[in-house]
Amino acid sequence: MAETEADAAAAPAAAPGRLRNAFGGVLCAFTLILIGVLAFSIRLFSVIKYESVIHEFDPYFNYRVTQFLSKNGIYEFWNWFDDRTWYPLGRVIGGTVYPGLTLTAGSIWWLVNALNIPLSVETVCVFTAPIFSAFASWATYLLTKEAKGTGAGLMAAAILGMVPSYISRSVAGSYDNEAVAIFALVFTFYLYVKTLNTGSLFYATLNALSYFYMVCSWGGYTFIINLIPMHVLLCIVTGRYSSRIYIAYAPLVILGTLLAALVPVVGFNAVLTSEHFASFLVFIILHVVAFVSYIKGLLTPRLYKMAMTLVITVGMAVCFAVVAILVALVASSPTKGWSGRSLSLLDPTYASKYIPIIASVSEHQPPTWPSYFMDINVLAFLVPAGIISCFLPLSDASSFMVLYLVTAVYFSGVMVRLMLVLAPAACILSGIALSSAFDVLTRSMKFQLSKLFDDGSAISGSTEATSASTVNTNSSKGENKTEKSEAAPKEKSSKKNRRKEKEVTESVPAKSKKEKRLSVLPLEASVIGTLLLIILGGFYVVHCVWAAAEAYSAPSIVLTSRSREGLHVFDDFREAYAWLSHNTDVDDKVASWWDYGYQTTAMANRTVIVDNNTWNNTHIATVGTAMSSPEKAAWEIFDSLDVKYVLVVFGGLVGYPSDDINKFLWMVRIGGGEFPHIKEPDYLRDGQYRVDAQATPTMLNCLMYKLCYYRFVETDGKGFDRVRGYEIGKKHFKLTHFEEVFTTHHWMVRIYKLKPQKNRVRAKLRKLKSGSKSSSTPAAGRKNPWQ
Amino acid sequence: MAALRLLLLLAAAMLLVVASRGDASGAAPRGRKLLVLVDDLAVRSSHSAFFGSLQARGLDLEFRLADDPKLSLHRYGQYLYDGLVLFAPSTPRFGGSVDQNAVLEFIDAGHDMILAADSSASDLIRGIATECGIEFDEDPEAMVIDHINYASTEVEGDHTLIAGDDLIQSDVILGSKKIEAPVLFRGIGHAVNPSNSLVLKVLSASPSAYSANPKTKLASPPSLTGSGISLVSIMQARNNARVLISGSLDLFSNRLLKSGVKKAGSKTRHEKSGNEQFVTETSKWVFHERGHLKAVNVAHHKVGETNEPSMYRINDDLEYSVEIYEWSGTSWKPYVADDVQIQFYMMSPYVLKNMSTDKKGLYSTSFKVPDVYGVFQFKVEYQRLGYTGVSLAKQIPVRPYRHNEYERFITSAYPYYAASFSTMGAFFIFSFAYLYHK
Repeated sequence: MAETEADAAAAPAAAPGRLRNAFGGVLCAFTLILIGVLAFSIRLFSVIKYESVIHEFDPYFNYRVTQFLSKNGIYEFWNWFDDRTWYPLGRVIGGTVYPGLTLTAGSIWWLVNALNIPLSVETVCVFTAPIFSAFASWATYLLTKEAKGTGAGLMAAAILGMVPSYISRSVAGSYDNEAVAIFALVFTFYLYVKTLNTGSLFYATLNALSYFYMVCSWGGYTFIINLIPMHVLLCIVTGRYSSRIYIAYAPLVILGTLLAALVPVVGFNAVLTSEHFASFLVFIILHVVAFVSYIKGLLTPRLYKMAMTLVITVGMAVCFAVVAILVALVASSPTKGWSGRSLSLLDPTYASKYIPIIASVSEHQPPTWPSYFMDINVLAFLVPAGIISCFLPLSDASSFMVLYLVTAVYFSGVMVRLMLVLAPAACILSGIALSSAFDVLTRSMKFQLSKLFDDGSAISGSTEATSASTVNTNSSKGENKTEKSEAAPKEKSSKKNRRKEKEVTESVPAKSKKEKRLSVLPLEASVIGTLLLIILGGFYVVHCVWAAAEAYSAPSIVLTSRSREGLHVFDDFREAYAWLSHNTDVDDKVASWWDYGYQTTAMANRTVIVDNNTWNNTHIATVGTAMSSPEKAAWEIFDSLDVKYVLVVFGGLVGYPSDDINKFLWMVRIGGGEFPHIKEPDYLRDGQYRVDAQATPTMLNCLMYKLCYYRFVETDGKGFDRVRGYEIGKKHFKLTHFEEVFTTHHWMVRIYKLKPQKNRVRAKLRKLKSGSKSSSTPAAGRKNPWQ
Repeated sequence: MAALRLLLLLAAAMLLVVASRGDASGAAPRGRKLLVLVDDLAVRSSHSAFFGSLQARGLDLEFRLADDPKLSLHRYGQYLYDGLVLFAPSTPRFGGSVDQNAVLEFIDAGHDMILAADSSASDLIRGIATECGIEFDEDPEAMVIDHINYASTEVEGDHTLIAGDDLIQSDVILGSKKIEAPVLFRGIGHAVNPSNSLVLKVLSASPSAYSANPKTKLASPPSLTGSGISLVSIMQARNNARVLISGSLDLFSNRLLKSGVKKAGSKTRHEKSGNEQFVTETSKWVFHERGHLKAVNVAHHKVGETNEPSMYRINDDLEYSVEIYEWSGTSWKPYVADDVQIQFYMMSPYVLKNMSTDKKGLYSTSFKVPDVYGVFQFKVEYQRLGYTGVSLAKQIPVRPYRHNEYERFITSAYPYYAASFSTMGAFFIFSFAYLYHK
């Protein structure tokens, strides 16, 4: 809301134009600083309510990598072969990680330490995301300003600074790629639009560099390299080709692809995978169009027509050849050239059908309707208005906004995680909508007020005209611009060239005055409308603050719950990891489901079998198979992987729903996908995973069940599982191949040790002798498990 | 004052000497203190020849009655003995704090045991044997009977004194000198599970033997028959604790050790039975005076270097060496064999190679690290009949090339270099001409 006040403050100061502009510029700068402070400080709830810790899963990996970087330098980081994850395969971290975030935080850390500010790496990591969200809101200001002027820019920046969807990924401690990537995304778009508007090669080069930073930061860069070609194509198809489009696009493709290929994790993918093909295709089309328009200027219409047919035939032939080659290439590769994640974007049901490992991640699920209201709140209603505003008039920049929004809406409907990409688009369009609404309302208010004033003082019609024009000039710079652009389509040549615009501006006021008068609203309506919009904005702010404070600040490694007795803190994860790091040998291997891999390596510093990187499906399937096998088979699998400890997360005692039993279906599915002896129906009763009395025997005998519910009945005597809401099926059992070594305070993490092979092999007795041998008789008659 | 200082110095020097000597010779794999549990102290004299041979080899025997109420295997968490000779077949329970589990824990802690049963074997003794993987015939009256391979004596008996000569073919267990005379055995038979790789039959019965009560008529077919019956078996646990279980206490007795033997149907009469040699050699094996290997000084490094790296790179050439010694009873002697293998292992062996030996205990080989990165292990798994297992595993990561370890310029790519540089040059000339040529 700050910028409306700014506008309001600017309005009375009806000083000469230049001074007013300077004053507006200063105000705008202050507003931007305030927006930055707002964006930063709204993300600090997690630090205030909990503590300054890294959140969740992936941030722990990024944190560990940053620690390595700050300790060993960039070359060691680049060549880092990590032997503590994916045992025994290891992982080449340097070549498989998007280094942007790590390098950014590492540079910040290096810089502050060079300035003798002794910050720890962890502190820097925790606060990287809030800092970059401030940058992101400034980038949004720049982008929106390019499209619709300063007012819309400030509005959009303020909205983006506190949009819950972005907050959810960038609270202090949420040290993940998206934290810097959203800034890079918006900034790349800004530079693209800027190049489009100015036709400057300087900005085109900056654009390629910014794209490089985005490629470094996040796999979502493919969104850019597909969206921009789409927009270029749109411009070409709608007959808006110009040299500025060429300058905005061609250097980006060439430089951007070259730079992207420098990032180890992308490498040759930048020219080999289907995600990048669209950009090359559009690149070719753009050249054809450029060539055609060049020829058009040279030739007479008749010759041109002839040349046209020639070019089209040759072009078609070449196109067919290229398409044929592409199809052949793509068809020869097993995944048809598309990575699983991209395929699941295009076909939302793809992942759940074929790749359980993608479908198993909750953030890869399609979002529900409430999540839209949760994450973008009132913006969902403002966006359509913003689209309409973008069409009045449609410029290259505003068409880009619309295209960005439409594609982002589609992608967010596929994966809840991509809601994050939608957030900036929604903010920009809402900013545009609100800004133009305020624009119309305040202008009509001013006009009505001045008319009222004029009527009162009974000044002649000529002064009225001057005052009307004063109103016009009074309005802020952003308004000026909207007027310009509103007037522009009538000029037919709606190119957003700066110099041209200036000419247009001078010619506008007299002409547009009449139209302005027609669009003036009654005073009461505009006052009420303004108030309603401010109230709407107020609701949005209240919702954002609530979301930041309550919904998105939990670090997920520390949980809290409120009850009548007061606040409960569940710090079981760190308790378990600390136990591991203090009580186990430094080279011991810990097996757990992959969700906890990053945390185990970062917090407990122990070697893990699988982690959240999920690059090797077979390895994950091996662990899934072990978890869904009976004890003996599981012991054999774990022993073959040199596993010493098994860690399971169990929420049944305190009602923590995202525990391993709820994730168990994915273990079965992923395991069964690679090892067909694990059959999902064996675990299902009436199509459901159950662990109560109706559970299948396979379920009740699998390792995961046993490790989760071992001794569980001792807690309440009944074995009542609070997550599932029923009593468990098998209550009393013993473990033969595993022994419990640690269970945290709330039983949320349980750690088991693999028993060593038996020292002796017992002979089996053909008949049990009665009454003799008090001890160790239960094992009698059972086949020796290790043979 | 000075004298005191001198004394201290002397003491320190002596300590040093002792320590260095200990290093030089290498400690024996086992201590020499044995506990002998007997039913009846008469056993001490009736089996004195066997005990004498043990004592002659430097073993320190402590005789106790099996039901001695002060019996204890350990005190303050330390075991008091290094081995156990259980010559108390009929004792129903041990005295003091010792019970079946205590004996088994004693073994699991890496100690050795000789257990001799008899036709009067108690459930306790049978239970210990069962836990070691050996099943005595369940019929408490049964003995091993062999109507063909019995030892002919003056009186025609019930053919329960077996003249066994079906011995295991292993120099390390029975010594390098062949046992010529049959081994006399009178007692109960047992069976071992063939799938149990830890248990070996040392003395097996002949195909004509069976296990039954010699005093009654056979009502049903005997449960144990033929060469499936084992008379004396050994078990080497996974922690290399060694156990010898015999179905006959008489086997160790002076009477059978000293007596001559003539196998029924055979013409040769041996002046002395094979028992003495048999019990001496097997007891040497049990108490780790033979067949105990140790692997020391594992070293690996790149070819041409001496320092051990913390990580290898793919396609490195490396050398691996390990020294293996065998305890001879008095000192560590180099172990010589040609079948010691090294594995370079990551989920499966990528390299599996025989190591060459210099006959002085040093085994070494060199090989190329495979073109696969990951966390590998140097594994030596050497399990041979009668020897303690050598099982070494050393984790070593193998990394891919660093960014600057690839070839800087590739010969086959020179056309591309030429193309790109000529394009650059041409573009420069073109720009120059375009801009300044008017």
